Amino acid sequence: MSESTHDGPVAVSPRPSPDDGLTAAELAAKYGLSVSGARPAIPAYVRQLWNRRHFIVAFSRAKLAAQYSQAKLGQLWQVVTPLLNALVYYLIFGLILNAGRGLPKDVYIPFLVTGVFVFTFTQTSVMSGVRAISGNLGLVRALHFPRASLPISFALQQLQQLLVSMVVLFVVVMVFGSRPSLSWLLIVPALLLQFAFNTGLALIMARAGAHTPDLAQLMPFVTRTWMYASGVMFSIPAMLEGRPGWIADVLQWNPAAVYMDLIRFALIDGYGSENLPPHVWAVALGWAVVILAGGFVYFWKAEERYGRG
Amino acid sequence: MAEQHQEARVPTVIADELHIVYKVNGARKGKGSATAALSRIMRRGEERGVREVHAVRGVSFVAYKGEAIGLIGSNGSGKSTLLRAIAGLLPAERGKVYTNGQPSLLGVNAALMNDLTGERNVILGGLAMGMSREQIRERYQEIVDFSGINEKGDFISLPMRTYSSGMAARLRFSIAAAKDHDVLMIDEALATGDRKFQKRSEARIRELRQQAGTVFLVSHNNKSIRDTCERVLWLERGELRMDGPTDEVLKEYEKFTAK
Repeated sequence: MSESTHDGPVAVSPRPSPDDGLTAAELAAKYGLSVSGARPAIPAYVRQLWNRRHFIVAFSRAKLAAQYSQAKLGQLWQVVTPLLNALVYYLIFGLILNAGRGLPKDVYIPFLVTGVFVFTFTQTSVMSGVRAISGNLGLVRALHFPRASLPISFALQQLQQLLVSMVVLFVVVMVFGSRPSLSWLLIVPALLLQFAFNTGLALIMARAGAHTPDLAQLMPFVTRTWMYASGVMFSIPAMLEGRPGWIADVLQWNPAAVYMDLIRFALIDGYGSENLPPHVWAVALGWAVVILAGGFVYFWKAEERYGRG
Repeated sequence: MAEQHQEARVPTVIADELHIVYKVNGARKGKGSATAALSRIMRRGEERGVREVHAVRGVSFVAYKGEAIGLIGSNGSGKSTLLRAIAGLLPAERGKVYTNGQPSLLGVNAALMNDLTGERNVILGGLAMGMSREQIRERYQEIVDFSGINEKGDFISLPMRTYSSGMAARLRFSIAAAKDHDVLMIDEALATGDRKFQKRSEARIRELRQQAGTVFLVSHNNKSIRDTCERVLWLERGELRMDGPTDEVLKEYEKFTAK
């Protein structure tokens, strides 16, 4: 449509121009205009994200710093919250329900604490992913940036939170008799794979949560069910003895259990490879690659639609 | 005035039958009780609890390089929504907006993070707009001085939730105005802050206009529209009611509002 066919009584330019009679799309093409807010192709999108890497990092740090800014103890809560969590689970599952059978006591406590910390990493990534877009609509509607920056940034924030918890974890593990060794280095690849997996999950949840904010209410139940099924506070093979073998296999191959077991194996001296399912590293890598790539594409497909109310 | 640009009429923004629809959850009429919500889900399936607001209805226009275009209309007529759509921040329901480069929206309600300090907001806002760390470092003092936040003490190191609404609006505008823009849209920014800040921001807008190809200005102040714009779009209920030279449109608009 040319500019001389406006609605309303006044047309702006009665003078004929060579552009008269062109449709809007033709006019746009002629002068090299592009559709505003259109979704870029994946390579261009990745490049845009890379250009925003400083924003992603700065945003995650700022969120982390602001998290407990209203609490009197401030950043101390970063350490205290996961510790209290582990303590509660120890009271109920370790002492009252005796869920630690099949594991010696000096293995069970670090086993439980590792499980809680590592699972919390995935759980909080999911939860902050759900709100990544829907909780930051103001930012999305005000400024231009590739929207995937937000869920990625939130996953990164959880990684930083976990690194703080890891220091506590090292202390707990050493108190119960494990000593630093070369196998501790395995937590680096294990955490990187889990971070990739969590980022993919956060991207998926961000798109789902942007469309259906109700997920923020539902997801705590899903993640809690997932936690109980993943052997955070009990050893899956020991607990399922006598049941059909495939149940234990399915539970052990679920990503949360895989990443927990890898970290436990790396840190706890009394937790040997006999507790790990076969091909565990391949499974860990597979989950990370599939979920990250799938989540990224899934999120990108709705890129131009985030921000609608 | 439009004739000046007759020689090189290069379009910078083309809106083609643009429709914008907001979907609002939980705004459907009727009781908000749980049973009412449940029966809605059962009855309506797809449309449960969602109300649609058709904010812009089939707007078409072409803006050219060097033009300053005013947007007028009563409250809720879809002016800000249209600007957001041009900026690519709100997805179109139907129709398309074509733009030259990346249009920037300078608004007073650009959301920032209230639990973070003003300083962090300056840095994050700049990074999100695509500025580099060096550019932000260079401009940082300029932004803070421009906002006037620190005139009454060291407020920039306090969380934004402690700011008065005027202070927060000033800081937001200062951050957004720190970058140079191709197509620039200004949403009632002139109304922000005290008299001193208004003068500063008017001067900054004039500066930005000289660098920008096309400027859109939303304002309820007919005088500032007359001072800055040679062409005016008049929106009413999401429809383009009139599009033409400032004087003609404003005359009709004043007749309309006087009723």
